[in-house]
Amino acid sequence: MPPESPHPAVERDAPAHASPAPIETPLHALHLRLGARMVPFAGHAMPLHYPAGVLKEHLRAREAAGLFDVSHMGRIVVTAGSGAEAAAALERLIPIDILGLPQGRQRYGFLTDEAGGIRDDLMVARLDDRLILVVNAANKAADLAHLRANLPGGVRAAELPGALLALQGPRAEASLARLAPDVAALRFMEVRETRILGAPATVSRSGYTGEDGFEIALPADEAEPVAEALLADPDVLPVGLGARDSLRLEAGLCLHGADIDRDTDPVEAGLAFAIPPARRRGGVREGGFPGAERILGALERGPERRRVGLLPQGRAPVRAGAPLYAAEAGGEPVGHVTSGGFGPSLGAPVAMGYLPASLAEPGRTVFAELRGQRLALAVARLPFVPARFKRG
Amino acid sequence: MLRFTEDHEWLKREGDVATVGITAHAAEQLGDLVFIELPKIGARLKKGDAAAVVESVKAASDVYAPVSGEVTEINPAAVDDPGSVAADPQGAGWLYRIRLDDPAALDGLMDEAAYAAMPK
Repeated sequence: MPPESPHPAVERDAPAHASPAPIETPLHALHLRLGARMVPFAGHAMPLHYPAGVLKEHLRAREAAGLFDVSHMGRIVVTAGSGAEAAAALERLIPIDILGLPQGRQRYGFLTDEAGGIRDDLMVARLDDRLILVVNAANKAADLAHLRANLPGGVRAAELPGALLALQGPRAEASLARLAPDVAALRFMEVRETRILGAPATVSRSGYTGEDGFEIALPADEAEPVAEALLADPDVLPVGLGARDSLRLEAGLCLHGADIDRDTDPVEAGLAFAIPPARRRGGVREGGFPGAERILGALERGPERRRVGLLPQGRAPVRAGAPLYAAEAGGEPVGHVTSGGFGPSLGAPVAMGYLPASLAEPGRTVFAELRGQRLALAVARLPFVPARFKRG
Repeated sequence: MLRFTEDHEWLKREGDVATVGITAHAAEQLGDLVFIELPKIGARLKKGDAAAVVESVKAASDVYAPVSGEVTEINPAAVDDPGSVAADPQGAGWLYRIRLDDPAALDGLMDEAAYAAMPK
């Protein structure tokens, strides 16, 4: 492997580009008090891990509960003369069912581009006549500009300020319900407004770990007492971005900018589940979103390549960017790894990547090139760790 | 004689053989280690060659040969339990031993005080 870092024994993936001072989240002072190792991420100063370390943080979120600061993510509210008007307008940009989204529910979706690529993936929640999007930190400025440029007159998009926490794990419900008993009634992908320690909070039963849990939006100046009250529960450990990534990878969830981007379409990415019959060929609201031709065509024909889980057969993690080959020697690359690392709950390396549809069958062996050698990987079903959502 | 490199490795020379590992600072920066690959015994390393790989949950880092020579021994405990390197990087968590082509090559490296004073 060619040298890439002048300080090879120090983590190589820390962004080195010059950039303006990172934005501090409303929990910045708390992170410092907790002893977090802070890193710049998508323009924000974020905790990579706390003193417990990535492994313990990851395992705590699977076994009890982990508290994440995800305030770097964007929350965008879309409003119009009516909820239906706002929903119809968003459906011109997102190929999911938003008109049929009931009050107090949220859905997964994505903003597509004219070539059928994925501009960003997101959650859309309906609260009364408001539609609230949660988008990736790195894309939020571009998403907001895209919405404002493409939503019709009379439909407004505005960024919501404040903090966003995630509480994830099998003890999340018990822990949060001590502060807000009504959250226990939520089922997976339901959302409601409530109060936590007197603060107005928007709570959804969702997350990015494959575990049951909640995402909690709070006013910036009322977030820290809520975070501290949750951390006072001995079940709850603060969890940084390091374990957030290993948890979502084990859960088979996509990271935009790695597993999905404008060069991938939702069908090959395995995200077609989000596109309901109403938006497909022959549906009552067929197409009508950017890239509909390519995406609906891929749905009918089947994709040429597919995102798959990959289990390296040795102990060496295979990282993003590694080329994939059909054979142990020779040949041209047939795909590449888009996310890869160590899965603490599996105690083994895990990865995701794209393969031609003919090779994308669980149980097949493919090979990744790593440090000049070809290592065997088994194509595996996703997720690696079963989801434990409270579907109710 | 204990010496340090700007790449956060330490070397301890006994005769014409040096033991090599990563510093406590490097271990702290890397966090939990989950995979370590060491050179083969008998391998010839030139200064600057990628000699070993240490990986945390998130990232892989090369450890470069700080001097030229031949690998005489590796630490099997580091491979079996990467966590042992994170726990005691400058002791039980050593990585490999190398017979120095030029025992004087260590003279140009930093001593402990100079490494401690180096901006990191």
